[in-house]
Amino acid sequence: MIGVVSYLTFFLTMAGIMAIITLGLNLQWGYTGLFNGGVVAFFGAGAYGTMILGGPAEPGQFGGFGLPYLVALGGGILLAAALAWVVGLLTLRLRHDYLAISTFGVAVALESLARNSQWLTGGARGMRGFPRPFEAVIESNFLFGVVFLLIVLAVLALVWWGIERLVHSPFGRALRAIREDETAARALGKSPARLRLWSLVIGAAIMGAGGGLYVSYTAFVSPQDLLPILTFQIWAMLIVGGAGNNRGAVLGAVLIWGAWTLSGFALTRLVPDSMQLDAGSIQYILIGTLIVSMLLWRPEGLLPERISNTRNTTATKAAPTSNKE
Amino acid sequence: MTDAALSLAGLTRDFGPFRAVDGVTLDIRKGSITGLIGPNGAGKTTLFNMVAGSLKPSSGTVSLNGQDITGKPSEALFALGLARTFQIPRPFRRMSVMDNLMLAPPAQVGETVSGALFRRGRVAEQERTLHAKAEEILDFVTLAHLADHPAGKISGGQMKLLELGRALMGDPSVILLDEPAAGVNPSLTNILIDRIEQLNRRGVTFVVIEHDMDFVMRHCDPVIALAEGKVMFQGTAEEARVNPELLDAYLGAPA
Repeated sequence: MIGVVSYLTFFLTMAGIMAIITLGLNLQWGYTGLFNGGVVAFFGAGAYGTMILGGPAEPGQFGGFGLPYLVALGGGILLAAALAWVVGLLTLRLRHDYLAISTFGVAVALESLARNSQWLTGGARGMRGFPRPFEAVIESNFLFGVVFLLIVLAVLALVWWGIERLVHSPFGRALRAIREDETAARALGKSPARLRLWSLVIGAAIMGAGGGLYVSYTAFVSPQDLLPILTFQIWAMLIVGGAGNNRGAVLGAVLIWGAWTLSGFALTRLVPDSMQLDAGSIQYILIGTLIVSMLLWRPEGLLPERISNTRNTTATKAAPTSNKE
Repeated sequence: MTDAALSLAGLTRDFGPFRAVDGVTLDIRKGSITGLIGPNGAGKTTLFNMVAGSLKPSSGTVSLNGQDITGKPSEALFALGLARTFQIPRPFRRMSVMDNLMLAPPAQVGETVSGALFRRGRVAEQERTLHAKAEEILDFVTLAHLADHPAGKISGGQMKLLELGRALMGDPSVILLDEPAAGVNPSLTNILIDRIEQLNRRGVTFVVIEHDMDFVMRHCDPVIALAEGKVMFQGTAEEARVNPELLDAYLGAPA
């Protein structure tokens, strides 16, 4: 019994982390139309940043500062945001697929950097032994799992709250205008460069938070965590759930993570031992097929964007119209 | 010079070896509805784009109410009182008609991240004011009944009215209209013309690119004609009607 609950806790924690990252992508793509093809780069910056700041020292390696958990996590988030800021400044003039290709390139470069910079990242072996948060007070593995799930859910709630506030404000309205038609938005005095940069940086910081939570949960990070598959998983979550709808993003994250996990189980059971090594590729095919099918038959996702007036406006309608003018 | 809403001096734009606009010098009189005509490829839209800041001139200057705005990016001009509409309407399709309008006013408190997150009271107050203004303008352009509709789902003519409404949210002193009557059914065209004239009486200057000669003759004064990137005619609509060179430019020179 405790095994099942324990597994469920693990599943929900991972799904929650995925949901956080998907919300970050939703701000970028769903609301601003930024085609970020390098989600994993910002996740990775958060993960490695948190590990380097908060992890144990390794001989011959930079880092291992062993800083307090929240400081390390904050540092990881800042690193992801800083990376996005640099990438954003360099790609300000790029749109659509060009932006996707260049951000994808950044992610590949980062993976290569992590694999080859022994002195900083531990190279291909990665880095392990992130001290379990609150180790002093929580001894049981099971209890830690539950507490960590609660932390992830709290971060998810905070991110949700923040993004909802942003997208239902004049700022969010301007983001959507940039997404719909940059030329028209410029003619109305909106600065696409400023808005795109903010959206990219905030979204990346959220992805970095996902990375930081991931590394402190698994206590381990390696270049394997920086492979493009994560980018595609997050995209699948957003597309299936519904871009431009935060509920959709979270729903998509839980559904796709569930499908991914179940297909993993099924494949280990069904595929003969001799082919187990190749079975993982089938999961890739499944993710790809799912993305393509959704785009063909239900491009708006399970929970489509709702086109309504900015919330402040609707609130006004209910209120008496006779006040301050 | 002081009565010029827009002053262009030697405005030129090259695309590679091709000179699309060639040393255009002209003043747009404050309070006028100036018609800009000319055959296809005469450089009208290129000229518009340079004035509106979406295209940098190769040489020459533009000033708006006496202030030099040459080379200023398009996003800087709206707040200075220069608005434009597009040849093919560009509504924000997956946004409501109301949001299309409320987006427009410059310098909104809630447009910054910190304002959106932390100055909710101030933002709500500003939104109320903008909402009231947008309702008034939607009434004016006869779109009030569509306020909550996605802007992508209204008709092409209504989109032109929406673009005018969006421009009005910035209280512009000059509005550039690129083919306002093209592809619009006559009853909406009439509304559009009526609203343009009402605004004009309130002091708004219009520069209108239009191929519909009937529209130009009836509503524009003065008329400026471009051909091959140069100003070939300036005068009243009446003079334009009988100008032989202008007829040649449109219909081809007689043999």
